[in-house]
Amino acid sequence: MSVLVFVEVADGQIKKSSLEAISYGAAIAEKANTQVIALVPGTISGYDLSGLGAYGADKVLHAEDEKLNTQGIRAFGTAIIQAMKSADAKFLIMAKSSLSDIIGARVSVEMQAAIATNVSGLPEINGTFSVPRSIYTGKAFGRVELSTECKILGIRKNAVSLRNDDKKAIVEKFAISFADNDFAASITNVEKADGDILLTEAEIVVSGGRGLKGPENWQMLEDLAKALGAGMGCSKPVSDLEWRPHHEHVGQTGVKVSPNLYIAVGISGAIQHLAGVSSSKVIVAINKDEDAPFFKAADYGICGDAFEIIPRLTKAVKALKN
Amino acid sequence: MKILICISHVPDTTSRIKFTADGKQLDKQGLQFIIGPYDDYALARAVELKEAHGGTVTVLNVGTAETEPTIRKALAIGADNAIRIDAEPTDSWFVARQIAEVAKDQGYDLILMGRESIDFNGGVVHGMVAEMLGLQAFSPVMMLDVVDGKVKMAREIEGGKEYLEATMPLVAGCQEPIAEWKIPNMRGIMTARTKPLEVRAASDETKLTTHVHFELPPPKGAVVMIDPSNPEELIQKLVEEAKVL
Repeated sequence: MSVLVFVEVADGQIKKSSLEAISYGAAIAEKANTQVIALVPGTISGYDLSGLGAYGADKVLHAEDEKLNTQGIRAFGTAIIQAMKSADAKFLIMAKSSLSDIIGARVSVEMQAAIATNVSGLPEINGTFSVPRSIYTGKAFGRVELSTECKILGIRKNAVSLRNDDKKAIVEKFAISFADNDFAASITNVEKADGDILLTEAEIVVSGGRGLKGPENWQMLEDLAKALGAGMGCSKPVSDLEWRPHHEHVGQTGVKVSPNLYIAVGISGAIQHLAGVSSSKVIVAINKDEDAPFFKAADYGICGDAFEIIPRLTKAVKALKN
Repeated sequence: MKILICISHVPDTTSRIKFTADGKQLDKQGLQFIIGPYDDYALARAVELKEAHGGTVTVLNVGTAETEPTIRKALAIGADNAIRIDAEPTDSWFVARQIAEVAKDQGYDLILMGRESIDFNGGVVHGMVAEMLGLQAFSPVMMLDVVDGKVKMAREIEGGKEYLEATMPLVAGCQEPIAEWKIPNMRGIMTARTKPLEVRAASDETKLTTHVHFELPPPKGAVVMIDPSNPEELIQKLVEEAKVL
């Protein structure tokens, strides 16, 4: 038996969240006394996959097929199912992404495997197997038992720390035999901002709300985000008003984030927004309204004018980095 | 066009969640229940597609009798008839099995639901239903149109959108801004009372997961307020105290 980790690749680069998934898989493999196999789909540029050993992988299956360079939901599922069968995998570990839930669902049915998504920590194994997971959109935690022999876990960001093992993974090519309908859906176009730090991957998120008064005022937030190496987010009203694109909307019906640091600027802190950010390690709220509910949910607060404060913060961060 | 729309019955997004003292179940006292917000987007889009192309919209819920007001609301918004599977929806596999059983051999062109429910946030029911029925699944779908018998969709991906084309039948997990939420009008509310709502027993009892315990996150400590005339102190605290920079 083994633990299989599905590794996601964006623009030829391995996603950091997938490295966390490998480290999570390694923690399970240690308890089960077995090995961790990472399945890497598509073309990789400028990275030696044996380096995944440092994060806990014993072996890498590289499914080099160029067809896997696009986000083919079914094709990825097929690749995973074949890898699980060939490696006799009893666990599939995936990092939370726009693909992980839907691929996991397909694999769950095919492998008759229980699945838990939004997993927030390591499992408890004592007769039963259970994991903690985030529920009610970040408002609560649940402990869920998985009762099948084969199990699938979708883990969210920061569920586990990255390992730094002194080992190299063995890299093997892995050929997939696709079914006719694996590419039945055609991807006609992809619109993607280039060079941005992805919100779901970011260790720091800078988010703006209606308090910034208009889309023209986002430059100062972008400057701060750039200085911090942060991803950009926004509140629901800002995305509804189309000041910012929908994929930046953080909250109950938007993206849920769990970075090390979340900085909210001009966001009042409605319960729906807080639900999407509450599992951030450290929260900073900057708002001119001293009664803004965000101050109750934050670790640090500044009550004042964002237009004066943000440029000074950017300057201070730049000074620090130099 | 024949559309099946699956809805969840969940606490309102503004709810403060509480559990019973033993941590075994949700304390429903004082909670308002609504159609899952993502399901509500899918429903609104289904009604728009029916208005544009003709056909029927059937609403399906897996839930106990207490979900009926929520189902009636979906009928008031524009669904034609409803089916309720009389069971607690505590496991994704179980719920997907019920939906697949209802949909099997019924010729639905589209099976739509939200990308996830906002109680357990599993996000896997649509994908499971599709696989159980041998169909393709797409999620999170933020735009869906039917043009010349083809389904044109946009899926939200990290940092952008992916546009897709596929053939019916298919299953989609939906999210905003696929449509604007619809508020039922008086006529809708009146007609919803007499629209058919069929109750069926669960067809398969298998469950693969059990939530055995619930808890709230530990309370946050008090906020540390920083003098707005010296915002640089924030950066210093983030470095030295919080150690996140």
